[in-house]
Amino acid sequence: MSSKDIAADEFLSGDAAAAEGAIAVGCRFFAGYPITPSSEVAERMARRLPEVGGIFIQMEDELSSIAAILGGSWAGKKSMTATSGPGFSLMMENYGLGIMTETPTVIVNVQRGGPSTGLPTLLGQGEFMQARFGTHGSLEAIALSPESPQECFDFAIRAFNLAERFRTPVILLMDESVGHLFEKVRIPPQRNIEAVSRKLPEEVPYPPFRADEDLVPPMPPLGDGHHIHVTGLTHDDEGRPEMTPKMQEELMGRLVNKIRLYKDEIMDIEEDGIDDADIVVVAYGITARSARRAVTLAREKGIKAGLFRLKTVWPFPTERLRELAEQGKKFVVAEVNTGQALIMVEQATRKDAVFVGKYGGEPHKPFEILNGIEEALHADN
Amino acid sequence: MSRTEIKIGGFGGQGVILAGLVLARALSLYEGKQAVFTQEYGAEARGGSSASGVVIDDERVDYPYPLNPDIMVLMSQGAMKTYLPLMKDGGILIIEKDLVRLDKIPESVGEFHSIPATKLAEEVLHNKIVTNIIMVGFIAKVTGVVSKENIKRSVLEMVPAKVRELNDRAFETGYNYDEGAE
Repeated sequence: MSSKDIAADEFLSGDAAAAEGAIAVGCRFFAGYPITPSSEVAERMARRLPEVGGIFIQMEDELSSIAAILGGSWAGKKSMTATSGPGFSLMMENYGLGIMTETPTVIVNVQRGGPSTGLPTLLGQGEFMQARFGTHGSLEAIALSPESPQECFDFAIRAFNLAERFRTPVILLMDESVGHLFEKVRIPPQRNIEAVSRKLPEEVPYPPFRADEDLVPPMPPLGDGHHIHVTGLTHDDEGRPEMTPKMQEELMGRLVNKIRLYKDEIMDIEEDGIDDADIVVVAYGITARSARRAVTLAREKGIKAGLFRLKTVWPFPTERLRELAEQGKKFVVAEVNTGQALIMVEQATRKDAVFVGKYGGEPHKPFEILNGIEEALHADN
Repeated sequence: MSRTEIKIGGFGGQGVILAGLVLARALSLYEGKQAVFTQEYGAEARGGSSASGVVIDDERVDYPYPLNPDIMVLMSQGAMKTYLPLMKDGGILIIEKDLVRLDKIPESVGEFHSIPATKLAEEVLHNKIVTNIIMVGFIAKVTGVVSKENIKRSVLEMVPAKVRELNDRAFETGYNYDEGAE
């Protein structure tokens, strides 16, 4: 029996766990430019990929890193890069290219304090909106936000499965605290790991952008006899540029709707103590762990609070939050930025939320969020 | 066991990060606890402040950082100034005897221990690099937070093969240190 046939417990950082999850689901190509606090992802991949027949390349910068993984994916390999704030900004243009060319890839962003080079070794959560709106044009994004090394492992797997299912880049939106803290990670036996692979065309040649009924086109790999043309320009289903309003409508409509119409399949929310709650605390990543403690402290004081944790941050659970607002619940939003999820929560609930923000550098202390819960309890709305 | 917090503070190069990591790893993998390990460090590789945190619980650990450590291990004067005020009343305080000057043990401290870990590393083991593992052995002995067998296993698995024997002796030196003898 090989070690891959039995479950194993390892004591891993979030960064290392994300790398292991990627390898477990079949990622065999990584191109990246190390940057704190994501460097341990690259470090782990550099050591582990050659052991499993994969390829690791350290590129000259982040522009080439993301370009390389788009190429790796077209060559048929599950591909990933990892970066942090400044590198994520540099990747934005080719992130859009990945969306336009429907290229399944995973981009790990271990958020640190920004803007610019900001706080290299310290926490930030400032890319909540950038993950969704950071590249130009209209699009729908998929982004996941783990709160523990176990989830870094599990969500890396899910990020690849969503990327392959929807033929689109998926963002694993981590943060410095979760990336650097160590906890036990249960690595299941290989046979128990669900690995989704992109649809392949049944005929050769097959037009690389001709979608099925679910709006997702099968993806012909390069070198298998298909006539493949890949462009960032608006294109027809053969991949030939066709820059007309009609084609723009057709293509963009499909790219947006292949995610929008299936968002219930993507969204994953943890609701803890929400049913009887008067106060709903919305949080994600490391902040959710502070919020969970704050909710426990509030309950001990007799305040009915609950945690609404965004395990997926995009697509955003607007309808569910609106439903909770209509039940008369009040909202607290905690995040390490100046109010990004806050905008989405207030738009969804159509009322003001109490905001507990931090500029970055350290996670919330539980009492800071508890203060927000008490403020919400006494607020008028 | 309810939530227990351990803080180990010192300066870069003393190995306080590895000390916390081997402890948390032993508790997590070999004692069936929920354990989280976190670290704080400056931008410098050596000489800056450095600290690690371990939070242990039977249940899932929510907030992963020590707030009021039950066990406080201080290996530099700077760490003493920063972290001593955070200590929980009645907690266990452990200091590096030659590197932390404490005029008076605060009344809130429940139990106090000290060990000249750096001097022992230099004089007994002739290698300052194992100061942290001497401290780990001492922590295991005086706190009983982890079994000797499990923490030793964790240490020996985490260090390179060529220095395993050295670390084994360092651990035993800390574990068997007699505070009353000096």
